[in-house]
Amino acid sequence: MSASVATEKPNQTTTDDIVEVRNITKFYSPDVHALSSVNLTFPRGQMTTLLGPSGCGKTTLLKIIAGLLEPTEGEVFINGTQVHGTGPERAFVFQDFALLPWATVLRNVAFGMELQKLNKRERNERALHYINEVVLSGFENKYPHELSGGMRQRVGLARALVVNSDVLLMDEPFSAVDEQNRRKFQEDLLLLLANENKTVIFVTHSIEEAVYVSDQIVILSPRPGRVHSIIRPDFSRKADPEDIRRDKNYLDTVEEIWADLRKYLD
Amino acid sequence: MVLFGIRIPPVFSLLIWIALWEIVGQLDLAFILPPFSSVMVALVALVQRADFQAAAYITFQSFMIGMTISIVFGIAIGFVMGSSKLANGVLGMWVNIFASAPLSSLVPILMLLFGLGQTTIVVTVVLFSTWIIALDTYAGVRHISPSLVDMGRSFGATRFQLYTKVLFWAALPEILAGVRMGLIRAVKGIVIGQLLVSIVALGRLFRTFSDNFQFEQFWALTITLFVFALLFSSAIGWLEHKVEYYAKTRD
Repeated sequence: MSASVATEKPNQTTTDDIVEVRNITKFYSPDVHALSSVNLTFPRGQMTTLLGPSGCGKTTLLKIIAGLLEPTEGEVFINGTQVHGTGPERAFVFQDFALLPWATVLRNVAFGMELQKLNKRERNERALHYINEVVLSGFENKYPHELSGGMRQRVGLARALVVNSDVLLMDEPFSAVDEQNRRKFQEDLLLLLANENKTVIFVTHSIEEAVYVSDQIVILSPRPGRVHSIIRPDFSRKADPEDIRRDKNYLDTVEEIWADLRKYLD
Repeated sequence: MVLFGIRIPPVFSLLIWIALWEIVGQLDLAFILPPFSSVMVALVALVQRADFQAAAYITFQSFMIGMTISIVFGIAIGFVMGSSKLANGVLGMWVNIFASAPLSSLVPILMLLFGLGQTTIVVTVVLFSTWIIALDTYAGVRHISPSLVDMGRSFGATRFQLYTKVLFWAALPEILAGVRMGLIRAVKGIVIGQLLVSIVALGRLFRTFSDNFQFEQFWALTITLFVFALLFSSAIGWLEHKVEYYAKTRD
């Protein structure tokens, strides 16, 4: 993979936390309080999940980290530097895919580079590499409406990977994908990320998904969203996917979180 | 159309009407309705006449200039209304009034303002078609999925890139629908306008023909305009069809 667009941010982190949010509070309006004093750190190269019932502000927090939303209070730091707005060191994967319906798979995947005005040959070359990585070879010239939901999200994933950001922000990426494809997608994602050295922040409302994919799980409590607890699942990721899903620690962690969250259900 | 269980192509119904016209015409029931065949003969003669060609040229030119202005302004107004609540509050009411008002009544005033020439025709076209293009563009902009905008921003689109590479295309189906409606209204506007301003271009021909009871020529001219309007509207319809898949993929 070419490293020509490596971000030029100086590496000022003292710890190995690539993303840090301090004291994030968000009001959508005076009576809609989405987040309340959230402090979190996201270790470099790891996968952190934001988990919680609806109304806990997990997507809000993700969009604040992405720079798509302004927090009412608080700061976001990337590599130790405070950021405002979006930036090339963060790439976003959308719940509803957000593909351009008038553009082919190839152009959709290369869209980030098109906006950066890279020349067409280089961006197509890099896009094709990632189209291959997400197993969509042969679909380069198809349009989004010709693809299944799962395939569309692979396009969304390739588009986010190809811009070479250090941080990948994923907003319930599999929620619009059916259950079978979802499991397959989770497994493929882990395989893919194993070679990419990305920091991933992942929003989901599925406990199983969170435990299966994450190194660190941040559980948020609702109304207003607060950090309830942080869990680091303890089982070997080296194992076969089938074995992990039957692993005692995996199942215990799922149960533990479920017991914790059920009190927030209406 | 299905008749007695047999599928009849749409052209066929047209042929039936033409046949009916011919029969009524041949019966000589009304002097304003000559037989279709003699109208056709007149049409062939008409399109070869220099005064028709000159009039058609001026009309066509005014139409194209007017449509270009309408499309540019209509889309711009629609985008401004769609992107800002304030602008929508200020402009929305006026655009809606103009889109639904009987504008033909304004044509005599335009005549006074802009004289009896091409400018009046252009202004008439603009007045008739801009507002519906603006309204449809506005609807298109409101229809754009917010996550598409977030996508553009998160991948570092500048404001200009966001408009030219995402928003314009995302609103294109509605914009084209608006352009087609605007086009049809513009044809109406041009006919009404030229009839009222019957000293220029096709309007003068219309006036000459009806004043002199030359109904073969009159109908030939009408048919020419119909065909012209139909061709234009089909061309836009074809473009709309090309982008139809957008709508399916949007939630």
